[in-house]
Amino acid sequence: MLFELERVSLRRGGEPVLVELSARFPEGVSAVVGPSGSGKSTLLRLLDRLSDPDQGVVRFRGTDTRELDPLQLRREVALVPQLPALLDGTVADNIGFAAGLSDRDPDLDRLLGLAGLGGSFADRDVERLSVGEQQRTMIARALATEPDVLLLDEPTSALDEHARDSVERTVVDLHRKLGNSIVIVTHDPEQARRLAEWVVRIDAGRLVDQGAAAGMLA
Amino acid sequence: MTGIDVTIGEVAASLVLVAIAAAISRWRGAGLEADIGTAVVRSFVQLTAIGFVITAIFDEDSLLLVLALLAVMVVFGAFTARARARHVPGALTPLLIALALSATATLGLVLGLGIFPAEPRYLVPVGGMVIGNAMTASAVALNRLGDEMRTEAPRIEATLALGATSRRAAAPSVRRALRSGTIALVDSTKTTGLIFFPGTMVGMLLAGADPTDAVRLQLILLYVLLGAVAISALTATTLAYRNFFTAAEQLRDRGDGAGQPAQ
Repeated sequence: MLFELERVSLRRGGEPVLVELSARFPEGVSAVVGPSGSGKSTLLRLLDRLSDPDQGVVRFRGTDTRELDPLQLRREVALVPQLPALLDGTVADNIGFAAGLSDRDPDLDRLLGLAGLGGSFADRDVERLSVGEQQRTMIARALATEPDVLLLDEPTSALDEHARDSVERTVVDLHRKLGNSIVIVTHDPEQARRLAEWVVRIDAGRLVDQGAAAGMLA
Repeated sequence: MTGIDVTIGEVAASLVLVAIAAAISRWRGAGLEADIGTAVVRSFVQLTAIGFVITAIFDEDSLLLVLALLAVMVVFGAFTARARARHVPGALTPLLIALALSATATLGLVLGLGIFPAEPRYLVPVGGMVIGNAMTASAVALNRLGDEMRTEAPRIEATLALGATSRRAAAPSVRRALRSGTIALVDSTKTTGLIFFPGTMVGMLLAGADPTDAVRLQLILLYVLLGAVAISALTATTLAYRNFFTAAEQLRDRGDGAGQPAQ
């Protein structure tokens, strides 16, 4: 099992965000589906150990994430947040920074190609990119650390239909070409149906149901 | 250097300017009259008190008393600066260390290089200026650091998510905070003599000193203060940024949800 959550609870600012939530994510492409404010992003952050639950256990391939070196975990499991948050500089600067964290020399053309951007983007200032291009730069940057697993938080929420289709194709390609497991957070059940093999549905911080996408979203 | 006598009557006469300041505030509805009054009373009481303390220390000629006075200044300075750094968790310890280190390093160098002799007459005023400027610089730096960590939280967390250490993720914010803390003194040092006369030089000229001596002493103090300000801002930001992160390299939840990415 890629990830398991066991009776996970988390409060923030006194408010419950996740409540006794147990869920599992097999290898492959999974989706976390739920309405806005249901705790999806918080769940994703737990998988990358950007926060720890108040109660319960999160396991990555069978090991409690609290027993893992968080830096090592995040190089294996890369999270791309909902809103682009790039460093000042060019696309190449950002990808180079990420690759440098794992002592790698980035293959810019390949990474930009995987993220659906042309090689000509390398020298573009990130501030001059559209939101969709920034989002894809975030994906290219995450891939530069050569992660095993990608966590994508609403990767298309800020995009128009055309850009959304393009990012969705990128996600499908990534799984097919690199064999990465992917967990994608989305509020859109249709998107989950298009992309995922496994679906975890939550609402108000609680599990609604989980299972193979074909059965659940039919 | 010749001394000058200032009578209490002359001090009282200068209050006319304070009255003008208060009148302007009232006329334009700035609402600063009460603050101006507090400032006048506090400055009078505090400076008179420190005047007695300094007289006593000069009379005793005791370096231990000087050290005690400087230590008190460091502690008060750190508490004062903490009020400006209220968005920085656990700011007091970094500020105490920053002020103490900055005072120790600069005064130690000044004495070691033989710029001033180890006498209360030099150590008390120079130490006071060093600690005062170090306090302002570290307060400004940590104030900026607090703002940076709030506004930059999404970018910092996105960098952590790549497997970067908190040190790497916070580096741009720490750099901007350090710059904020030191830039004011650097800028005023650049323009000194052109658009403003610094206080020490003014004081020495008023006291009848030779202008060349006044300028040289002022230069020494400006350079000492530059060092003090850089050391305190660097120390405060380097120690304080860590308090925004947990041991597991997570951005600390401040309980109010501020700075945390949206769910």
